[in-house]
Amino acid sequence: MLKKDLLGLYDTSAEDILTILDTAVGMKKLLTQNLKKLPHLQGRTVTTLFYENSTRTRCSFELAAKYLGAGTVNVSASSSSVQKGETLIDTGYTLDAMKNDVIVIRHPMGGAPHLLAKHVRASVVNGGDGMNEHPTQALLDFYTMREKFGDFRGLKVAILGDIKHSRVAKSNLFGLTKLGAEVTMYAPATLMPQGIEKMGAKIASSREEALAGANVVMGLRIQLERMHGGLFPSLSEYSKYYGVSEDLLHYADKDCIVMHPGPVNRGVEFTSGVIDAENSKITEQVLNGVAVRMALLFLLVKNRQGGEKNE
Amino acid sequence: MAERILMDGASVARTLTRLSHEVVERCKGTEDVCIVGIRRRGEIVARRMRALIQKFTGADLPCAGIDIGMYRDDLVSGFFVPEATVNSLGFSVDGKRVVLCDDVLHTGRTVRAAIEALFDLGRPAEVLLLVLVDRGGREMPVSPDFVGKNIPAARSENIDVRLAEIEGEDSIGIARVGAE
Amino acid sequence: MNKYLIKGGTAVFADRCEVCDILTEGNKIVRIAPEIEDAEAETIDAAGLHVFPGLIDMHVHLREPGFEYKEDIASGSAAAVRGGFTQICCMPNTAPVCDNAAVVGYIVARGKEAGMCKVHPIGSITVGEEGKQLSEMGKMKEAGAVAVSDDGRPVSDARMMRLGIEYASDFGLLCLSHCEDKSLVDGGVVNEGYNSTLAGLKGIPRAAEEIMLAREIILAETLHKRVHICHVSTKGGVQLLREAKARGVAVTAETCPHYFSLTDDAIMSYDADTKVNPPLREAEDVAAIKEGLRDGTLDCIVTDHAPHHRDEKLVEYNLAAFGISGIETSFSLSYTNLVLGGVLTLPQLAEKMSAAPARILGLEGGALAEGQPADIMLADLSESYTIDSRAFVSKGKNTPFDGQTVSGRVKCTMVDGSIKFRE
Repeated sequence: MLKKDLLGLYDTSAEDILTILDTAVGMKKLLTQNLKKLPHLQGRTVTTLFYENSTRTRCSFELAAKYLGAGTVNVSASSSSVQKGETLIDTGYTLDAMKNDVIVIRHPMGGAPHLLAKHVRASVVNGGDGMNEHPTQALLDFYTMREKFGDFRGLKVAILGDIKHSRVAKSNLFGLTKLGAEVTMYAPATLMPQGIEKMGAKIASSREEALAGANVVMGLRIQLERMHGGLFPSLSEYSKYYGVSEDLLHYADKDCIVMHPGPVNRGVEFTSGVIDAENSKITEQVLNGVAVRMALLFLLVKNRQGGEKNE
Repeated sequence: MAERILMDGASVARTLTRLSHEVVERCKGTEDVCIVGIRRRGEIVARRMRALIQKFTGADLPCAGIDIGMYRDDLVSGFFVPEATVNSLGFSVDGKRVVLCDDVLHTGRTVRAAIEALFDLGRPAEVLLLVLVDRGGREMPVSPDFVGKNIPAARSENIDVRLAEIEGEDSIGIARVGAE
Repeated sequence: MNKYLIKGGTAVFADRCEVCDILTEGNKIVRIAPEIEDAEAETIDAAGLHVFPGLIDMHVHLREPGFEYKEDIASGSAAAVRGGFTQICCMPNTAPVCDNAAVVGYIVARGKEAGMCKVHPIGSITVGEEGKQLSEMGKMKEAGAVAVSDDGRPVSDARMMRLGIEYASDFGLLCLSHCEDKSLVDGGVVNEGYNSTLAGLKGIPRAAEEIMLAREIILAETLHKRVHICHVSTKGGVQLLREAKARGVAVTAETCPHYFSLTDDAIMSYDADTKVNPPLREAEDVAAIKEGLRDGTLDCIVTDHAPHHRDEKLVEYNLAAFGISGIETSFSLSYTNLVLGGVLTLPQLAEKMSAAPARILGLEGGALAEGQPADIMLADLSESYTIDSRAFVSKGKNTPFDGQTVSGRVKCTMVDGSIKFRE
């Protein structure tokens, strides 16, 4: 079962993924009834250590921890302090000494959670590391897909956007291929990473091909700094040739759902018509995020139950 | 060892009728009395009480079920996610005399959880405990106010309460754990 | 006067291996013959050992002056003799940069003071390695510089490089080019490919190395001057060099043990000891590097010994310093992966690690022959051991080979007829 840490889905088994999703079902049932006072993490501390801004992910983790009764601490370090401030390992030692049980880390550099995990007793959860992985985002995506389709086998998932810099795309790819889904990707050549097809993704040569028969249409946020970095010429050119509109959505399966990790650039990745359509799960994903993170924290602590706290 | 029937439908009915009279007698009427049953069988017992009391007093007492899933004391030690529903009685328990109903009283843990759940909803003036069967084996300082039948049972024995609303008949039996 | 008789070892010559005795007197090899008796000489029993010409590493970083916390000339040259090296050439990216005769003289003096192996400074091509103005190469040469290079901060301006090559040639100095187009590197930290995507680390495309390598070949060819290419790591780079050499371009090239011993699969641990520039590449590159060594496209093996403090490696991969502390593992890795791996013969290994660097830079030594400097290394090729970075003499413990079992252990290093290391 689940290891000490959740660093990525690349080294998480399908079985563990399904256990997390199963546990999240119970969590969501409680959440939708506004029942959010579970006692399982009472007396434990969950710290969110964020070297990148992300109100959404941090809130989601913090609420998940609170709903389980944990105490939460937020440590926000600006990206610049990564280079100038205390080293990550020293910060880890400090948090460990303060008896944290779980550290959720978000960091602009791939592998930072792995480095931290090697040096602390607390469980480390990767809340997004550079271009590497964002496992809890992918887990909530899987939850959303399973809620709609019940099963992953044969499920066709189209992921469009900045694949190269997307930890979400990679975590989705690693998990979905293990679960038996079929992942097709489409991006401008400048935003497509090398070797991704060897990881099990099908690379489409057009939006239409990527969307053909898709059950899930997932867009990825395009960062403005990519444009300044010269990776694509303009937002309007991007939306014209790489965005998804209602018209294009007709290529997908008629029962498809639309997903996006957020925050969405309206009119760029998706038109507003796509974002606000009935089959859009973008808001539902947020609630599922809390449920999935509750399930994860629950399982990580349960796993150590026998189960000493960090003392 | 096969199950031994301790009470049949007729005796369950007699017992419930007696309990309903005891409640009214103890409360000196029906004023400010409400009935809350612990889901799921306790709620059925509660609804039967309400109907019986209405029959001979004419008073239609507030009555509802209560879910103790979120209040179980083994959530942390067992590390499971409870199957719970949100509690909304549809009436206030503030200052009320609450007759808390369950089918079988054993360790007292369920009752403890139910009292905690009840107090999350308001502040009753009094809580009275009514059970169809008291099988003994208490682990909490809980004592019932109204008992249908005392059936001292060993840990290795199961008390099976069947109710018409669920099983189609009223009866109470006892069987060894693991017996046919 | 020191007099040693190395007895019964298998001497590795340019064309053969042969059991014979070697007599040194003072700082010279005076006699090589099947059976030498000399009552005055101290006898070194070399039975079962192989006797190599002292290894020469034409690409190391000794960090002094300026970064003595990483390494200094004394610790680096002590590590060198532990690794079997009798001559090393240190790159100029120190603080201050070795771009003038004073720093060159300082390094030479400190090398002599350390008294381990011979330490030859390499001067910078441009002042401060800034790529704008030529360094005083003539004065540096006179002070003891053996080559020029802007290693670590390649000369990006092609005109500047052209001028550097031309001017250096006036003083018989060779330009050693670290080939890296910084615009293509663009903040990358590992080889661009499957593993960079898998690890989510920014990739450095092979083109970053090959484009500048092609530029240097074209400069050498059109200027009719010599150029030396540092630490070749890619299949494409080997191919460019092979074609250039076939056309008769005066280009020579080196590679490092990590480019034929390790692929970028190693980065998946996020262990920053695998972070090196150029980055570890893929299996096909490793195969091409080996083939380049075998067919002579790659002339020599250097270590690019780049010691760093532990704190500079125990950080996020992106933030860690580039470089491997390699001087104490170079011989074993080369013997294990190239000789036992069937790529090179022992005489060819001695060529790559001793004769070729001497020839390229015009240094003395590089061969076992009467009249040559008594720079000699003894190794037990039958001994296997596990690399333990904690036991390194170098201050830099940063190696991705820690815990790896290798064959061929350096037993004794003699520099100018004095024993500097003996196990």
